[in-house]
Amino acid sequence: MLDVLGQPVKRHEDDRLIRGKGQYTDDIRLPGMVYAHMVRSPHAHAKIKAIDIKAAQALPGVLAVFVGDDLKDSVGMIPTAWIPPNADMKMTPHPALAYDTVRYVGDGVAVVIAEDPYTASDAADLVRVTYAPLEAMTHPRDAMGPDKPLVHQEISDNVAFHWSVGENLDEVFASSEVVVRQEFRQQRLIPSAMEPRSAVAQYNAATEELTLWATTQNPHIHRFLMSGILGIPEHKLRVVAIDVGGGFGSKIACYPDEVVVAYASRALGRPVKWTETRQENFIATSHGRDHVHEVELAGTRDGDIKAIRVKAFSNLGAYLSTAAPGVPTILFGLVVNGAYKIPQASVDVYGVVTHTTPVDAYRGAGRPEATYLIERMVDLYARKLAMDPVQVRRRNLIPKESFPYTNPMGLEYDSGNYQGTLDKALQLVDYPQFRREQEALRKQGKYIGIGFSTYVEMCGLGPSEVAGAVGFQGGLWESATVRVHPTGKVTVFTGASPHGQGEETTFAQIVSHELGIPVEDIEVVHGDTARIAMGWGTYGSRSTVVGGAALHNATQKIIAKATKIAAHKLEVSELDVTFEAGQFRVAGVPDRGMSFANVALDAYLAWSLPEGVEPALEETAFYNPKNFTYPFGAHVAIVSVDATTGDVELMRYIAVDDVGNIINPMIVEGQIHGGLVQGIGQALYEGAEFDDQGQLVTGSFLDYAMPKARFFPRFETDHTVTPSPHNPLGVKGVGETGAIASTPAVVNAVLDALAPFGIRDLNMPLTSKKVWTAIQERGGI
Amino acid sequence: MENHLTEITMTVNGVSVSRNIEPRVLLAHFLREELGLTGTHIGCDTSQCGACTVLIDGEAVKSCTVLAVQCMGQSVTTIEGLAQTTLHPMQAAFREKHGLQCGFCTSGVMMTAIELLKQYPNPTESQIRQGLDGVLCRCTGYETIVRSVQHAASLMSKQELPQEEEVG
Ligand code: FES
Ligand code: FES
Repeated sequence: MLDVLGQPVKRHEDDRLIRGKGQYTDDIRLPGMVYAHMVRSPHAHAKIKAIDIKAAQALPGVLAVFVGDDLKDSVGMIPTAWIPPNADMKMTPHPALAYDTVRYVGDGVAVVIAEDPYTASDAADLVRVTYAPLEAMTHPRDAMGPDKPLVHQEISDNVAFHWSVGENLDEVFASSEVVVRQEFRQQRLIPSAMEPRSAVAQYNAATEELTLWATTQNPHIHRFLMSGILGIPEHKLRVVAIDVGGGFGSKIACYPDEVVVAYASRALGRPVKWTETRQENFIATSHGRDHVHEVELAGTRDGDIKAIRVKAFSNLGAYLSTAAPGVPTILFGLVVNGAYKIPQASVDVYGVVTHTTPVDAYRGAGRPEATYLIERMVDLYARKLAMDPVQVRRRNLIPKESFPYTNPMGLEYDSGNYQGTLDKALQLVDYPQFRREQEALRKQGKYIGIGFSTYVEMCGLGPSEVAGAVGFQGGLWESATVRVHPTGKVTVFTGASPHGQGEETTFAQIVSHELGIPVEDIEVVHGDTARIAMGWGTYGSRSTVVGGAALHNATQKIIAKATKIAAHKLEVSELDVTFEAGQFRVAGVPDRGMSFANVALDAYLAWSLPEGVEPALEETAFYNPKNFTYPFGAHVAIVSVDATTGDVELMRYIAVDDVGNIINPMIVEGQIHGGLVQGIGQALYEGAEFDDQGQLVTGSFLDYAMPKARFFPRFETDHTVTPSPHNPLGVKGVGETGAIASTPAVVNAVLDALAPFGIRDLNMPLTSKKVWTAIQERGGI
Repeated sequence: MENHLTEITMTVNGVSVSRNIEPRVLLAHFLREELGLTGTHIGCDTSQCGACTVLIDGEAVKSCTVLAVQCMGQSVTTIEGLAQTTLHPMQAAFREKHGLQCGFCTSGVMMTAIELLKQYPNPTESQIRQGLDGVLCRCTGYETIVRSVQHAASLMSKQELPQEEEVG
């Protein structure tokens, strides 16, 4: 049998998905099921004066209308699950339905439950809410301070936390040969998973059990938090997410709508389904990014970076979403030195609440923001010194010999060969030739540019001790159960919760490699708290890194037990038994052996087991990683800018990544592509905008520029392999690399193209209007 | 409300179906809610995403933009009806070339691509990218979708070869 590890095995999950036989939450149909429709605030900030539900209630087919006052004494507040230490963090009480005050456009104020979805939607239109609108704050720097309209009375200056890391660098900057200063805006993005969020709740009054099907990336975290909110003990609460249509961070959070359907099902004794419209997804599903950064870099005249100092203002929206406080702090502030051996760094982060949709993780979560600022600063520094940006990178990249490398914030980068990926990328582009061509074209009034991003990211979240130390209210280990059936077939239960990343396949490959059985004989079960041991879900590129390692450990336990059983049966010492390619053999006696399936059968029959060995063949492992993993790479973007229209065309994109060992290259490439398009989307197209009243003016796919197929050239991807030394599989994680690396590469390329105009920086997205205006402001062509 | 119901008959995946429905029911909802054909997905409310695309009398149409009653007497093919005894070449190609990740956009993207190949049996990469303008995928970055469509084109041209020989 071919060893499938490292092979592009076709995906198991596709068999059902290409036939339309997936089971997404909205596909669930239960007898007696009724439908919920939310009534949402049209104001960003207002007092609720009155809610008249009579007309809605009177509509035939309507079962109930609930408002905030109905829920407030029976369900708890929605908590945030990340409390960064030493940050003076204030909580933002988040009711499932607002009462008294609404705090963003989209805040839920009532829910209608009806026999069918159309009636529920009709009735929602009949709910009359009287509001007294108040002034709204939408930008973090404007919202800070004592005299501003407050989002929560509990937070007197709208600053939910102030977190810092690093030392005072005043003297370093005062005495530095060169200082570069720049402000960056990390615009707000809308994650836009193609599947809208959905939830179905079914309460069984006889057993007092509640089942919640939900579009979540982490069913066990949901169960954990929901149990507290709903007052239903964890053993009576089951959370299920079978197929989830993308998440990108937006399906981590515990949402009000999920609490509302659970409440309604309990109140009405009927299963209740709610599915958001896309319009609701835009306003009421968490957003990403939205920081302002004031950055300073100190360096020598020769190009050695000495220090980086960052002041960040992070817009958290109206309520602190589940993981929100960790994103602009831990996941951002600890990696602002990027892939460079910068001796000193300091980061100050103000987490500010505003009257906008809550902001939480979005692909990369914190690390794209950090990577963007350092990669842009390196380019600005190079420009100031009139040095080549590649040369400055080479001087400052952490050398191969320095690993493990401890960065100024105390993170230990596990392994790397940063120069290696850069060299490979430069070969692929033929850099000297590009510069010659660029020079020649400029003389003809044509502007092409090249941009680099030599990034590193921390992922595979993460060691639980670190999670605790940085205020994450959970562990970050992962579980795996390997159940070998009597016939030698295997079911794997993983606490990771893939939703497009393909672990049904990758995990089967790991087991196939280790147990020597075909992938077809392995089924991977995920996303059901009733079937799977506690686990922490999928985000932070952690599933294969942490969940895969747990699976490896569980499989090793299986092999250890099976070896004992085989040795007993073969009447030899355990030490004389080898296991390879699915066969147990007696060392030195090639024809004496047993297949894995036969050992499994013996384990279950248990007619004759060795002393002290229990029947059956099933093992669970809980893997707590020793460290984060640090994938890295070198990305290069080549663009051409039409100076007469401001149009940017991405001509080539080269990505050389090192994500450690690769289990399935086809899936890895797919993950990189998906990330690239999201990262490039941020650079060139996407951006959420609110008006002064806090209305989202980019609230549909008509107004929010989602990347399309025709915006992109064919990507050129390559890789090097530097295994993670502390991960049993040597993997590093790949889900976020593309999104982290590509944004600054593209922006650097556009600004390189625009260098002849003296344009130093532009705020993303680099739309043709913005580029054209900048060219015009500098005298045009 | 009963008196507002209209009887509708159409053929879905080769089977004739009749239902009494409200005239305002969208085809996408009719397929999912009335017929339980949940392989057709709804990803937006402004006709942008294409996740809901089905074939009506062989033409790719966004089923969120048509009323079910407009399909009276017509023949609708959804993703569930695409595979006959074996997978449709488009399905086989998407599996082979990793044209999907979460799978939510996939039914609509495949339906759109089937239409695209009717127009351009041997499409260039740029024709494919342009032709996919009406669909959104947030997972794949589109490149593996493009490869899938190219692969489907080659599978389909091979399939048709024997017939051409017969005609010749
Ligand atoms: S659901 Fe029909 S186009 Fe989006
Ligand atoms: S595969 Fe997830 S949206 Fe296309």
